[in-house]
Amino acid sequence: MDTTRRYERLRERYLNGGLERRQFLGLIGAAGLASGLHTPFARLARAQDVTQVRFDGWGGVVSEAFRQHAFDPYTEATGITVVDGTFGGADEYLANVRASQPGAFNIAHLSGVFDYARWHNLELTTELNEDNIPNMEFLIPKLVNVFREITDGTLSAVPYNYGTTGLAYNRAHISDEEMREKGARILIDDAYAGKIGGWGEWRTRIWMAALATDQDPNDIQDMEAVWDAIRQHRDLALKYWGSGAELMSLLAEEEIYVTEGWSGRIYALQEQGHDIGYYDPPNGFGWQECLFVIKGSPMEACEELLNFMLAPETSIAVAEGQNYPPALDPQKVDLGEKIPTLPAFDPSGTLDGLTFAQPAYWNGNEQEWSETFSRVQRGF
Amino acid sequence: MSVEARERRQPWILLSPALTAITLLLFIPLLFIVVYSFWLRTAVGGVEVTFSTQNWQQALTDPFYRYILFATLRIAFVTTIFCAVLGYPAAYFIARARGNRTILLLLLMLPFWISYIIRTMSWINILGVSGALNTVMLSLGIVDEPVQMLYNEATVILGLVHFLLPFMVLNVYVSVEGIDRSLEDAACSLGATRFQAFREVTLPLSLPGLAAGGLLCFVLAAGTYITPLILGGPRDAMFANLVFEAIITQLNWPMGSALSLLLLLVLGAVVAVYNHFMGMSQLSRGLA
Repeated sequence: MDTTRRYERLRERYLNGGLERRQFLGLIGAAGLASGLHTPFARLARAQDVTQVRFDGWGGVVSEAFRQHAFDPYTEATGITVVDGTFGGADEYLANVRASQPGAFNIAHLSGVFDYARWHNLELTTELNEDNIPNMEFLIPKLVNVFREITDGTLSAVPYNYGTTGLAYNRAHISDEEMREKGARILIDDAYAGKIGGWGEWRTRIWMAALATDQDPNDIQDMEAVWDAIRQHRDLALKYWGSGAELMSLLAEEEIYVTEGWSGRIYALQEQGHDIGYYDPPNGFGWQECLFVIKGSPMEACEELLNFMLAPETSIAVAEGQNYPPALDPQKVDLGEKIPTLPAFDPSGTLDGLTFAQPAYWNGNEQEWSETFSRVQRGF
Repeated sequence: MSVEARERRQPWILLSPALTAITLLLFIPLLFIVVYSFWLRTAVGGVEVTFSTQNWQQALTDPFYRYILFATLRIAFVTTIFCAVLGYPAAYFIARARGNRTILLLLLMLPFWISYIIRTMSWINILGVSGALNTVMLSLGIVDEPVQMLYNEATVILGLVHFLLPFMVLNVYVSVEGIDRSLEDAACSLGATRFQAFREVTLPLSLPGLAAGGLLCFVLAAGTYITPLILGGPRDAMFANLVFEAIITQLNWPMGSALSLLLLLVLGAVVAVYNHFMGMSQLSRGLA
């Protein structure tokens, strides 16, 4: 409710006899005094406050791309510094945010719609003023709408890019034909014992195990079969990797021959000259990443940064740097030459070929599955 | 105020900054953790403020936690033994060296100048499939294909020994250095061989240092979670990894609090046993 409306209501109550004249004048006087004291100092405080915005992302080539193509030009244009930090995983980051004061963290490059829902459940969402982000018009509608469904039509984030977690394999040891034939079952293939890797994250492990047991990852019927497949994978795997850098190192150094991997990271390896293949099996793990504005952040400065980052030239430059297709609709924006060659890119802009995790399904099972995975991982 | 009263107050005044810091940074956070351990996790990962012993019951009775706790204590024990076996001769050598002791001590401190994580990760470049050791063995024809040496319990112990060895060496060094050399000479003059003199005189007198180093290595090893994360395989985890997972991955702060307090109590018991037999004075001398 704005101040004018509040005064009008007070006046209405006074005229209707709900307030005594003395009370009414007292309230108006107090409001005037508060406003007089508040306005000059608050303006000063606001002007002093927003000198920087904190951004946290995945690090590596992704952060470098953001710094070069988005943050430095934004600082040059607005005078607001972007302090960027990195995290190894969304879980770790969420714990940090929960343990900190509101406003300590502002914008995060989160992945997955289920993360958006989880953050909303923990009351960490904000409400973006979309009028301040005109570049949202270039976004793929499907990527925006899934967020709206969670936060009752409003947005606390804008989609930024999407990608897949597919199967990455060393082509010197595994042929393209073998990979297509075996699909996710290759992750539990005895022939590659000791040369298999995997992300030590419960969602991905369960998703891959569901594929290996021919189940729909968004509607798993035989959970015991999934846990058995995870146990098999655990016994055959050399290492659960914990970051994109570790994934790339394990594949590049040939410590492992096959693992699931993030499409952009695998593309980066291919660009470096490593003969690593990438295959998205049917029902492969599609995800989108968003720029999430956290509760307690300076909204206008954040919205300005989001608009700047969504500008097609910035968005495309970042996408080319991080090797994930941007959330820009190819039907509305010319994405240049490199982006159409990236894994997971959908020229139609409908993203119908990608399977995303259903937030309600995965978040509903989160507690039980994450705890069980912790046990299964250690031999139980 | 009388002189006696002032003198009685003086230590407390001098201690007050340290006591304030310990209260604010250790005891109050610890109190928070104790309180959290009796709360419950909500379905969405929040905290339900209620009094429940459920987390403690699970932590104490669940065989999974018992198994990981024993595995942690076993790894810490083996690490401590390796540190003692490798550290004692090194410490003895430094303590008995003539002339260049400062340089040797400096070399001992050198690893502390490099991040623990970097030091741990360095083993990947040494033991990896395309690491230094495999490259040498392949070029010398000792093996036909790279040997898989990384990502198992042995490499976790190796990483921990690498990290903790200086703590052991320093403690033993302080102890050996404080032993009067003429005692060994006296033993020899009475007919003992050098080895007998060491076994009967030097070793018993240096045991407090060895025990202090052992305690430090054991407690630090049992509380680590980085080493198994970097050098361990899928199954290799220590108790601190479970605390990390409960708090970070599962957002189960109450359970994570109960687990961390359980580890604290177990390690506290080890320290209490040490204190009963050896006293804490040797420990502070080794750390000084």
